[in-house]
Amino acid sequence: MMELLSFGFMQNAIMASILASVACGIIGSLVVVNRIVFISGGIAHTAYGGIGLAFFLGISPLLGAGVFAVTAAVIMALITKDNKYRADTVIGAMWAFGMAIGIILLDLTPGYNVDLMSYLFGSILAVPKSDLVYMFILDGMIIAYILTWYRQIHAVSFDSEFASSMGVRSDLIYMSMLVMSALAVVLLIRVVGLILIISMLTIPPYMAERRSNSLKGMMIYATLFSLVFSLVGLVMSYFFNLTSGASIIFVSAICFFLSLIYDRVRTSK
Amino acid sequence: MINTEKIVEVQNLNFSYGQVNVLSDVNMSIHLGEFLAVIGPNGGGKSTLVKILLGILKPDSGKVRVFGKKPGTSKSVGYVPQDFSAGRGFPVTVREVAMMGRALAGKGTTKAEDKDVVDKILNDLTLIDSSEKRMDDLSGGQRQRALMARALAVEPEILILDEPASNLDMIGQTRIFDLLAQLNKNMTVVVVSHDLTIIPKYATSVACVSGNVHKHDEAEVTEDMIHQSYGGVEGCPVELVAHGHPHRVLKEHDH
Repeated sequence: MMELLSFGFMQNAIMASILASVACGIIGSLVVVNRIVFISGGIAHTAYGGIGLAFFLGISPLLGAGVFAVTAAVIMALITKDNKYRADTVIGAMWAFGMAIGIILLDLTPGYNVDLMSYLFGSILAVPKSDLVYMFILDGMIIAYILTWYRQIHAVSFDSEFASSMGVRSDLIYMSMLVMSALAVVLLIRVVGLILIISMLTIPPYMAERRSNSLKGMMIYATLFSLVFSLVGLVMSYFFNLTSGASIIFVSAICFFLSLIYDRVRTSK
Repeated sequence: MINTEKIVEVQNLNFSYGQVNVLSDVNMSIHLGEFLAVIGPNGGGKSTLVKILLGILKPDSGKVRVFGKKPGTSKSVGYVPQDFSAGRGFPVTVREVAMMGRALAGKGTTKAEDKDVVDKILNDLTLIDSSEKRMDDLSGGQRQRALMARALAVEPEILILDEPASNLDMIGQTRIFDLLAQLNKNMTVVVVSHDLTIIPKYATSVACVSGNVHKHDEAEVTEDMIHQSYGGVEGCPVELVAHGHPHRVLKEHDH
């Protein structure tokens, strides 16, 4: 095991796991308590269009994904704000459109030979140092966001009408949560990939929600759960030569089902 | 003795959801110290009116002032909704809920002062022993009192409640209204209610909302007045008044 830690790629993977877990813990908790799982899924998949565009233009894929994800988040916040339209239908359409445009642009990219699977299912064992820098910056933004606006975010997540009556701009806080979800998506692409991101944003926070008495506590527990799942999945993928993202989600899902059984048994006693 | 100081003023207020007019040309005022019951048929605009006074909804036109300011900008208003929007599962204790009101009002100068104020409120609402419990683990009445604690932590001059007793049994309802009567000694109380049987015992004035607002600024509210209030407003039919209310009220309407 110690020999494993001596590999540069493994050190990068561990660092990526830590950085991704912080994003999962904080933003995933907001996604779960605000019940914006479907919207977050929409944002994640729309980001694929940005990856296609980035390859087409020859710029950083994470930058392309970031621009698309943030734009999708703002549009979805506006659509869902007053529930004036069939928001779920529009989100579903954007979800598919993002994926389609990504594939078309990759088709049009000259000499295309990108490993598509690494963006769809993650490739934590191949994370370069440059991506770690991006992830570090995004984590910094997420932490600064939650520390600065925690009081308002907490109030809006619990009861947006009361928060509005106290002068909090609930609509802006809601939009900011979606934008931060978009940044978390970008951060998690390298770890679990676009297809599996949503489980990483929901399973650890869901388990944490049941074991904490506060949103802050939920975020901390979710970060720790996320880290454990990532590291165990990482080791599993190395030793059994499996896709890393899928291994991480596999571990998460098994723990999730075990926790459900545990909770059921505990409450029935 | 009714105080003549107006703390809420509404002039020529109009509000619609899309093409549907909910409130038309509403004019009303609320005086300091009132215990105002807001009644009316389902869909008549009671909750909409309250949400406009709170700054949650913006009117299409007209002027609304609460303590001389735009709605939602005064830190002297406490709001108690029917329930909180997060629903079940949200990890939060009773104390944290009360502290939320305190934090958003920004009235405390130190954490110790905030804690003292919140402790006193929780004690007054008989919630102090449940202060570390999760909201999920409370009964309906306790949940309602926890939301009231959050509103009182604002140290409001006016307390606005949207059907605070709708999910409670008769004993729970009476407890909540007894509590409101106590609070009314120090603050103005505005309560949206469906229950016509309980209002006469507590309210000092009543407003019937059904597209428009018809307000009785009387010192004493009788059941007769409530019936007149419904009958006097266009689009506030007696059949709707009877819906969901005790038979006694329906019979009096029939007479």
